[in-house]
Amino acid sequence: MTIYGALFYLLAAIILAATGLALTRRKLMHAVIFLVNAFFATAMLFYLLGAPLLAAFEVIVYAGAIMVLFLFIIMLMGVKDQQGISLRRTLGHWLPPLLLGAATLTAGAIMLAAPPGASESLALAKATPAELGRFVFDRYWLGVEAVSFLLFAGLAGAYFLGKERPEDAARPKDAANAGGGA
Amino acid sequence: MIVPLEHILTLALVLFLMGAVCALARRNLVMILLGLEVMLNAAGIAFVGASLRWMEMDGQAFVLFIMGVAAAEIAVGLALLVYCWRRTGALDVNAYNRLKG
Repeated sequence: MTIYGALFYLLAAIILAATGLALTRRKLMHAVIFLVNAFFATAMLFYLLGAPLLAAFEVIVYAGAIMVLFLFIIMLMGVKDQQGISLRRTLGHWLPPLLLGAATLTAGAIMLAAPPGASESLALAKATPAELGRFVFDRYWLGVEAVSFLLFAGLAGAYFLGKERPEDAARPKDAANAGGGA
Repeated sequence: MIVPLEHILTLALVLFLMGAVCALARRNLVMILLGLEVMLNAAGIAFVGASLRWMEMDGQAFVLFIMGVAAAEIAVGLALLVYCWRRTGALDVNAYNRLKG
Protein backbone atom coordinates (compact mmCIF):
# COMPACT_ATOMS: atom_id res chain seq x y z
CA MET A 1 0.00 0.00 0.00
CA THR A 2 1.40 3.38 -0.99
CA ILE A 3 1.36 6.42 1.23
CA TYR A 4 -1.65 7.71 -0.69
CA GLY A 5 -3.52 4.50 0.02
CA ALA A 6 -2.81 4.95 3.72
CA LEU A 7 -3.95 8.57 3.49
CA PHE A 8 -7.22 7.45 1.92
CA TYR A 9 -8.01 5.15 4.84
CA LEU A 10 -6.99 7.81 7.36
CA LEU A 11 -9.26 10.37 5.70
CA ALA A 12 -12.08 7.84 5.43
CA ALA A 13 -11.80 7.13 9.15
CA ILE A 14 -11.84 10.87 9.94
CA ILE A 15 -14.90 11.44 7.74
CA LEU A 16 -16.81 8.54 9.26
CA ALA A 17 -15.90 9.49 12.84
CA ALA A 18 -16.73 13.18 12.38
CA THR A 19 -20.01 12.46 10.60
CA GLY A 20 -21.00 9.85 13.17
CA LEU A 21 -20.26 12.25 16.02
CA ALA A 22 -22.10 15.06 14.22
CA LEU A 23 -25.27 13.09 13.61
CA THR A 24 -25.54 11.84 17.21
CA ARG A 25 -25.01 15.18 18.99
CA ARG A 26 -27.89 16.62 20.92
CA LYS A 27 -26.62 20.17 20.53
CA LEU A 28 -27.07 21.56 17.06
CA MET A 29 -24.01 23.79 17.24
CA HIS A 30 -21.70 20.84 18.00
CA ALA A 31 -23.25 18.83 15.18
CA VAL A 32 -22.57 21.60 12.67
CA ILE A 33 -18.95 22.04 13.82
CA PHE A 34 -18.27 18.30 13.54
CA LEU A 35 -19.82 18.29 10.09
CA VAL A 36 -17.55 21.17 9.02
CA ASN A 37 -14.62 18.97 10.01
CA ALA A 38 -16.06 16.07 8.01
CA PHE A 39 -16.42 18.31 4.94
CA PHE A 40 -12.83 19.52 5.26
CA ALA A 41 -11.68 15.89 5.34
CA THR A 42 -13.90 15.17 2.33
CA ALA A 43 -12.25 18.05 0.47
CA MET A 44 -8.87 16.45 1.10
CA LEU A 45 -10.26 13.12 -0.07
CA PHE A 46 -11.37 14.79 -3.31
CA TYR A 47 -7.89 16.21 -3.77
CA LEU A 48 -6.45 12.76 -3.16
CA LEU A 49 -8.78 11.26 -5.76
CA GLY A 50 -7.63 13.75 -8.39
CA ALA A 51 -10.23 16.52 -8.18
CA PRO A 52 -8.58 19.72 -6.88
CA LEU A 53 -11.34 22.02 -8.16
CA LEU A 54 -13.97 19.98 -6.34
CA ALA A 55 -11.80 20.03 -3.22
CA ALA A 56 -11.82 23.83 -3.32
CA PHE A 57 -15.57 23.91 -3.93
CA GLU A 58 -16.19 21.46 -1.11
CA VAL A 59 -14.51 23.87 1.29
CA ILE A 60 -16.12 26.97 -0.21
CA VAL A 61 -19.66 25.70 -0.78
CA TYR A 62 -20.21 22.95 1.79
CA ALA A 63 -17.96 23.86 4.71
CA GLY A 64 -18.17 27.58 3.95
CA ALA A 65 -21.57 28.60 2.63
CA ILE A 66 -23.93 25.84 3.66
CA MET A 67 -22.61 25.16 7.15
CA VAL A 68 -22.30 28.86 7.95
CA LEU A 69 -25.92 29.24 6.86
CA PHE A 70 -26.80 26.51 9.35
CA LEU A 71 -24.86 28.33 12.07
CA PHE A 72 -26.68 31.58 11.30
CA ILE A 73 -30.05 29.86 11.50
CA ILE A 74 -29.22 28.11 14.79
CA MET A 75 -28.08 31.42 16.29
CA LEU A 76 -31.19 33.11 14.90
CA MET A 77 -33.35 30.56 16.70
CA GLY A 78 -31.60 31.54 19.92
CA VAL A 79 -31.22 27.98 21.18
CA LYS A 80 -30.10 28.22 24.75
CA ASP A 81 -27.26 26.35 26.40
CA GLN A 82 -28.36 25.38 29.88
CA GLN A 83 -25.30 23.50 31.07
CA GLY A 84 -22.75 25.16 33.26
CA ILE A 85 -19.08 25.05 32.45
CA SER A 86 -16.91 22.62 34.36
CA LEU A 87 -13.38 21.59 33.48
CA ARG A 88 -14.11 17.93 32.87
CA ARG A 89 -17.05 18.67 30.66
CA THR A 90 -15.00 21.24 28.79
CA LEU A 91 -12.15 18.77 28.22
CA GLY A 92 -14.61 16.12 27.09
CA HIS A 93 -16.12 18.60 24.66
CA TRP A 94 -12.83 19.80 23.29
CA LEU A 95 -10.94 16.52 22.93
CA PRO A 96 -12.82 14.86 20.01
CA PRO A 97 -12.87 17.95 17.76
CA LEU A 98 -9.23 18.72 18.58
CA LEU A 99 -8.16 15.17 17.72
CA LEU A 100 -10.19 15.12 14.50
CA GLY A 101 -8.96 18.56 13.45
CA ALA A 102 -5.34 17.66 14.14
CA ALA A 103 -5.70 14.41 12.17
CA THR A 104 -7.27 16.29 9.24
CA LEU A 105 -4.49 18.88 9.22
CA THR A 106 -1.82 16.17 9.42
CA ALA A 107 -3.33 14.27 6.50
CA GLY A 108 -3.51 17.47 4.46
CA ALA A 109 0.09 18.38 5.26
CA ILE A 110 1.37 14.93 4.29
CA MET A 111 -0.60 15.01 1.05
CA LEU A 112 0.50 18.51 0.01
CA ALA A 113 4.14 17.86 0.95
CA ALA A 114 4.14 15.23 -1.84
CA PRO A 115 6.72 12.69 -0.68
CA PRO A 116 9.23 11.81 -3.43
CA GLY A 117 8.45 8.80 -5.56
CA ALA A 118 4.77 8.71 -4.68
CA SER A 119 3.57 11.87 -6.39
CA GLU A 120 3.49 10.54 -9.98
CA SER A 121 0.35 8.50 -9.47
CA LEU A 122 -1.44 11.51 -8.02
CA ALA A 123 -0.36 13.86 -10.81
CA LEU A 124 -1.44 11.33 -13.43
CA ALA A 125 -4.98 11.09 -12.14
CA LYS A 126 -5.47 14.80 -11.56
CA ALA A 127 -7.97 16.80 -13.59
CA THR A 128 -6.77 20.39 -13.39
CA PRO A 129 -9.37 23.10 -12.70
CA ALA A 130 -8.91 24.54 -16.19
CA GLU A 131 -9.50 21.14 -17.83
CA LEU A 132 -12.59 20.44 -15.74
CA GLY A 133 -13.98 23.92 -16.34
CA ARG A 134 -13.51 23.64 -20.09
CA PHE A 135 -15.05 20.16 -20.03
CA VAL A 136 -18.11 21.28 -18.07
CA PHE A 137 -18.81 24.31 -20.23
CA ASP A 138 -18.13 22.28 -23.36
CA ARG A 139 -20.27 19.24 -22.65
CA TYR A 140 -22.70 20.28 -19.93
CA TRP A 141 -23.37 23.95 -20.60
CA LEU A 142 -27.11 23.33 -20.49
CA GLY A 143 -26.72 21.79 -17.05
CA VAL A 144 -24.74 24.81 -15.88
CA GLU A 145 -27.55 27.07 -17.05
CA ALA A 146 -30.11 24.84 -15.33
CA VAL A 147 -28.19 25.00 -12.05
CA SER A 148 -27.92 28.80 -12.25
CA PHE A 149 -31.67 28.95 -12.86
CA LEU A 150 -32.23 26.61 -9.92
CA LEU A 151 -30.08 28.77 -7.66
CA PHE A 152 -32.07 31.83 -8.68
CA ALA A 153 -35.32 29.98 -7.99
CA GLY A 154 -33.92 28.98 -4.59
CA LEU A 155 -33.04 32.60 -3.86
CA ALA A 156 -36.50 33.81 -4.82
CA GLY A 157 -38.17 31.00 -2.85
CA ALA A 158 -36.08 31.68 0.25
CA TYR A 159 -36.92 35.38 0.03
CA PHE A 160 -40.62 34.65 -0.35
CA LEU A 161 -40.70 32.19 2.57
CA GLY A 162 -38.53 34.33 4.80
CA LYS A 163 -40.64 37.45 4.47
CA GLU A 164 -42.26 38.58 7.71
CA ARG A 165 -46.02 38.50 7.35
CA PRO A 166 -48.30 40.60 9.54
CA GLU A 167 -50.54 37.63 10.44
CA ASP A 168 -47.57 35.65 11.79
CA ALA A 169 -46.50 38.38 14.17
CA ALA A 170 -49.88 38.25 15.93
CA ARG A 171 -49.50 34.54 16.70
CA PRO A 172 -48.41 33.49 20.18
CA LYS A 173 -45.03 31.81 20.20
CA ASP A 174 -43.68 29.68 22.95
CA ALA A 175 -39.95 29.96 22.42
CA ALA A 176 -39.27 27.53 25.25
CA ASN A 177 -39.78 24.62 22.83
CA ALA A 178 -37.19 25.89 20.40
CA GLY A 179 -34.26 24.01 21.85
CA GLY A 180 -36.10 20.78 22.61
CA GLY A 181 -36.46 17.65 20.57
CA ALA A 182 -33.17 16.09 19.61
CA MET B 1 -5.99 3.93 -8.78
CA ILE B 2 -4.61 4.35 -5.25
CA VAL B 3 -7.30 2.22 -3.62
CA PRO B 4 -9.85 -0.23 -5.07
CA LEU B 5 -13.11 1.37 -6.19
CA GLU B 6 -14.99 -0.96 -3.83
CA HIS B 7 -13.45 0.72 -0.81
CA ILE B 8 -14.46 4.19 -2.02
CA LEU B 9 -17.98 2.93 -2.71
CA THR B 10 -18.13 1.32 0.73
CA LEU B 11 -17.19 4.63 2.33
CA ALA B 12 -19.86 6.41 0.26
CA LEU B 13 -22.45 3.75 1.14
CA VAL B 14 -21.77 3.93 4.89
CA LEU B 15 -21.91 7.74 4.81
CA PHE B 16 -25.14 7.66 2.82
CA LEU B 17 -26.74 5.23 5.28
CA MET B 18 -25.64 7.38 8.23
CA GLY B 19 -27.24 10.42 6.60
CA ALA B 20 -30.40 8.48 5.77
CA VAL B 21 -30.76 7.14 9.31
CA CYS B 22 -30.24 10.65 10.69
CA ALA B 23 -32.80 12.14 8.31
CA LEU B 24 -35.35 9.46 9.18
CA ALA B 25 -34.79 8.97 12.90
CA ARG B 26 -34.04 12.43 14.29
CA ARG B 27 -36.95 14.70 15.04
CA ASN B 28 -35.17 18.04 14.99
CA LEU B 29 -35.64 19.81 11.67
CA VAL B 30 -32.03 21.06 11.59
CA MET B 31 -30.68 17.53 12.08
CA ILE B 32 -32.90 16.24 9.25
CA LEU B 33 -31.42 18.85 6.90
CA LEU B 34 -27.90 17.96 8.06
CA GLY B 35 -28.65 14.30 7.28
CA LEU B 36 -29.68 15.33 3.75
CA GLU B 37 -26.37 17.19 3.34
CA VAL B 38 -24.43 14.10 4.42
CA MET B 39 -26.33 11.98 1.89
CA LEU B 40 -25.54 14.39 -0.96
CA ASN B 41 -21.90 14.46 0.11
CA ALA B 42 -21.75 10.65 0.07
CA ALA B 43 -23.12 10.65 -3.48
CA GLY B 44 -20.38 13.10 -4.42
CA ILE B 45 -17.66 10.82 -3.03
CA ALA B 46 -19.04 7.91 -5.08
CA PHE B 47 -19.03 10.08 -8.23
CA VAL B 48 -15.44 11.26 -7.71
CA GLY B 49 -14.27 7.70 -7.08
CA ALA B 50 -15.94 6.44 -10.25
CA SER B 51 -14.49 9.40 -12.16
CA LEU B 52 -11.01 8.31 -11.05
CA ARG B 53 -11.65 4.65 -11.82
CA TRP B 54 -12.60 5.24 -15.48
CA MET B 55 -10.48 8.37 -15.95
CA GLU B 56 -13.46 10.37 -17.18
CA MET B 57 -14.33 13.86 -15.99
CA ASP B 58 -18.10 13.35 -16.23
CA GLY B 59 -18.25 12.21 -12.62
CA GLN B 60 -16.51 15.36 -11.42
CA ALA B 61 -18.85 17.50 -13.52
CA PHE B 62 -21.80 15.81 -11.82
CA VAL B 63 -20.39 16.62 -8.39
CA LEU B 64 -20.43 20.29 -9.41
CA PHE B 65 -24.14 19.96 -10.19
CA ILE B 66 -24.74 18.12 -6.92
CA MET B 67 -23.16 21.05 -5.08
CA GLY B 68 -25.40 23.50 -6.93
CA VAL B 69 -28.49 21.46 -6.07
CA ALA B 70 -27.37 21.14 -2.44
CA ALA B 71 -26.91 24.91 -2.12
CA ALA B 72 -30.36 25.65 -3.61
CA GLU B 73 -31.98 22.92 -1.52
CA ILE B 74 -30.50 24.18 1.71
CA ALA B 75 -31.48 27.79 0.97
CA VAL B 76 -35.13 26.82 0.50
CA GLY B 77 -34.99 24.24 3.30
CA LEU B 78 -33.68 26.70 5.87
CA ALA B 79 -36.19 29.33 4.75
CA LEU B 80 -38.96 26.77 5.29
CA LEU B 81 -37.46 25.94 8.69
CA VAL B 82 -37.54 29.59 9.74
CA TYR B 83 -41.10 29.85 8.45
CA CYS B 84 -42.22 26.79 10.47
CA TRP B 85 -40.41 28.07 13.55
CA ARG B 86 -42.13 31.43 13.29
CA ARG B 87 -45.54 29.85 13.02
CA THR B 88 -45.20 27.21 15.74
CA GLY B 89 -42.22 28.22 17.84
CA ALA B 90 -40.73 24.73 17.67
CA LEU B 91 -38.09 22.90 15.64
CA ASP B 92 -39.44 19.47 16.58
CA VAL B 93 -41.29 17.90 13.66
CA ASN B 94 -43.74 16.32 16.10
CA ALA B 95 -44.97 19.81 16.91
CA TYR B 96 -46.21 20.28 13.35
CA ASN B 97 -49.42 18.35 13.88
CA ARG B 98 -51.94 20.91 12.77
CA LEU B 99 -52.87 21.43 9.16
CA LYS B 100 -53.43 25.14 9.53
CA GLY B 101 -50.69 26.93 11.43
